[in-house]
Amino acid sequence: MTDMASDIGHRASDFIKMNIAVIKYNAGNVQSVLYALERLGADAELTDDPEKILNADKVIFPGQGEASTAMTYLKARKLDQLIREIKQPFLGVCLGLQLLCEHSEENNTECLGIFPVKVKRFIPENSQEFKVPHIGWNELENLADNVLLKDLPDPKFLYYVHSYYAELSDATIASTHYIHDFTAILHRDNYWAIQAHPEKSSTVGEKLLSNFLSI
Amino acid sequence: MLTKRIIPCLDIKDGRTVKGVNFVQLRDAGDPVELAKVYSDEGADELVFLDITATVDKRKTLAELVTKVAMAINIPFTVGGGISTVEDVKVLLNAGADKISINSAAVKNPGVIDEMAREFGSQCIVVAIDTRDVDGTDYVHTHGGRKPTLLQTQKWAKEVADRGAGEILLTSMDHDGTKAGFANEITAEISSALSIPVIASGGAGTMPHFKDVFTFGKADAALAASIFHFKEIPIPGLKSYLIGEGISIRK
Repeated sequence: MTDMASDIGHRASDFIKMNIAVIKYNAGNVQSVLYALERLGADAELTDDPEKILNADKVIFPGQGEASTAMTYLKARKLDQLIREIKQPFLGVCLGLQLLCEHSEENNTECLGIFPVKVKRFIPENSQEFKVPHIGWNELENLADNVLLKDLPDPKFLYYVHSYYAELSDATIASTHYIHDFTAILHRDNYWAIQAHPEKSSTVGEKLLSNFLSI
Repeated sequence: MLTKRIIPCLDIKDGRTVKGVNFVQLRDAGDPVELAKVYSDEGADELVFLDITATVDKRKTLAELVTKVAMAINIPFTVGGGISTVEDVKVLLNAGADKISINSAAVKNPGVIDEMAREFGSQCIVVAIDTRDVDGTDYVHTHGGRKPTLLQTQKWAKEVADRGAGEILLTSMDHDGTKAGFANEITAEISSALSIPVIASGGAGTMPHFKDVFTFGKADAALAASIFHFKEIPIPGLKSYLIGEGISIRK
């Protein structure tokens, strides 16, 4: 997949020696994230070993599933503490973004609180026009000047599948419009988070991932 | 703005892509992984793989194909055909499928929809409904549309949504293979009545058919097979046409 990687400005070899930990927990569809990293030439390890996670160059926190079940699982294994202690570049994806927030309306769940942001359920004003979940390709808007968003190809469509969203906040570095504007991407200190699935979002998604690996 | 999705469907038999006209006459349209890669590069929004000869002993072959596809492409894809249990779903999701679709198994045992949605989340459970008009009433059919059931299509669609399906893939058996256009009426009826997305399938023959199903048919996504496989309608051209017609589409 070197061709694809070079299309977006990176050679596969750029990431070969990088030590990437993908946090292993009870979230669905983690495999796709590993394949996407592999396509970029990066060799990521799916792990819940604290030692490996704390010593990785980059940490990715993927996820698909339900918030309270995921939080219960993370707490039982003390991964919640570990995530708060991480100093390296850290990327939450989809449910990973929501869990990094303060609170989710999904089963009234206290989350990790990295971002002082609340996660709410989409309430359509008109259920014929706006269906929930928000499924499909939608556009990134209001992009801040941020290393993660550097040189994204146009148009900036990403693939979304979610029923809950993070509210707009000071940490929002890009938004997307569905029913209303919501947070597409967050950044604070060493933590970044993407609501969409970059691993399934064609060239725009690959560029986001390769930008993250380049931080 | 959320865009309407264009979804090529790859029918799979023994690891190869096939597409039947009305599911009877099969033609070989190539290697699924290659084809998936081509569609992904051409701008397809999603792919559906339907294993039309799925049997228990073939499950492993399908899972291997799913892994190859997941490694090769960077857009979402759904796998269907012969899936009946939570375990079947687990194998395919772990192999790298983003969603699975169930059809006959849901008709036989509707509770399996609840079970799968609870276990894996609604977002990855697509319920495929094959419908046919029988004397003016729409009935669900199974076994590739050959076997009628007593389920009235609109009622069944509502039930599967209530049970936790994340999307409905609605195929009109009256339109499938005709290239005379999608079944806009029933698609609109179901899409308007439900709060989950509806993928329209069956009958695509021209570019305006896609415009019609997104406007009159109120579909969230449109699926087709042979017109894409045999290059009758190129995806980039279709997308440019739809954008020109004012439909919200991802370029």
